[in-house]
Amino acid sequence: MAIEVTSPAASSGRIVRRFLLIAISMVVWIIVYLQLQNGVDWLLFRFAGLNHDSRLSETLRFFFFEAPKVLMLLLLVVFVIGIVRTYFSAENTRRILGGKKTFVGNVLASLLGIVTPFCSCSAVPLFIGFVEAGVPLGVTFSFLVAAPMINEIAVVLLLGLFGWKTALLYISTGLVVAIFSGVVIGKMKMERFVEEWVFKLNSAAGERSESRPAFHERIDMGFLAVAEIVGKVWPYVLVGIAVGAWIHGFVPADFMAGIMGKSAWWAVPVSVLIGVPLYSNAAGIIPIVQALMEKGASLGTVLAFMMSVIGLSFPETIILRKVLKIQLILVFVGTVAAGIIIVGYIFNAIY
Amino acid sequence: MKIKILGSGCVNCQTLEKRMVVALDELDVKAEIEKVQSFQDIASYGVMSTPALVIDGKVLFQGMVPKVEVLKDMVTRFGDEGS
Repeated sequence: MAIEVTSPAASSGRIVRRFLLIAISMVVWIIVYLQLQNGVDWLLFRFAGLNHDSRLSETLRFFFFEAPKVLMLLLLVVFVIGIVRTYFSAENTRRILGGKKTFVGNVLASLLGIVTPFCSCSAVPLFIGFVEAGVPLGVTFSFLVAAPMINEIAVVLLLGLFGWKTALLYISTGLVVAIFSGVVIGKMKMERFVEEWVFKLNSAAGERSESRPAFHERIDMGFLAVAEIVGKVWPYVLVGIAVGAWIHGFVPADFMAGIMGKSAWWAVPVSVLIGVPLYSNAAGIIPIVQALMEKGASLGTVLAFMMSVIGLSFPETIILRKVLKIQLILVFVGTVAAGIIIVGYIFNAIY
Repeated sequence: MKIKILGSGCVNCQTLEKRMVVALDELDVKAEIEKVQSFQDIASYGVMSTPALVIDGKVLFQGMVPKVEVLKDMVTRFGDEGS
């Protein structure tokens, strides 16, 4: 039995028109993206007649270039990820991870954490589902660390503001932290700190009507993801970039060097300490962080700060308390934080 | 017909409930919507992402908030089987 979750009936004519529309939008997207810098410069300096060297015009230039750029990237990537995610589901991921050994399981779980649809509000049902299916605790945690930390929004913002190298760096170090934390928690045999009722549950995980959507339906899901995610985060992106633009134009260069620079050995742990309780989404924090880096903060410190803000969220930890005892929550937060600190130091040492 | 919305009270769950109310209203179907919020109960349906929709004991979808049109379609197709 197939359950259509998008439109009840889509005629073939409508589908063809939709594909055409997508093709045209892609072309327009590419042209606008490539001409963005010229267009913004023309608008600000020729049309509005701003002075090239003033701080205000630097700030405006930064904002009016970065904001549309990041929003455009966001549209594209969220759309593509929205389609990719239709090929994955929590059930499939659970089936793949069930009974997997340490390490191989942790690596798989971390990778699947990137592509499996996940929202921190369903962290608990997902945890229960995994544990019930015999996914080892450590492997489950690898998933729970990777899923929020490496999300499409973070990757887009890094891609847009820092470039692809940093984006890739963030993904790979995020994976390392997720694998490491999961392996450590697995080795510590923390099962006794999971609330007992979780193991006693006997869910009727029997027949599930699993439908294979047609490709045009997957595309509809892509649009749905854009409407939902971009519709939600665009104000944060704008505010984040506005603050970033202000720092860019008005804060003196090297201002951050003493606080978040390489020379300060305590910078990494302090950044993580500040970052863990701080809860912001990637959209708001990354533009600010990028501006700080321009003012002399070092990459490892910035990376550590970013990961601890995005990866460890306070609301999620509170919800997890329903299934985990406080000891395990502390170990979870502690291990992830330790992993992030190590990553921060390594990057400060390399770059 | 029994409609259950599984979810721990997150924003998406509330959106789904509102849309379901609209869908039932537009179809002129009288059915009560039960909110299943405890994690034990949600887990007993084998559901791993919220919100999820259950009509007459059958899990129709999870982890998404479909449009009103789609919900209407589901209510008419799956709602009459049990009653």
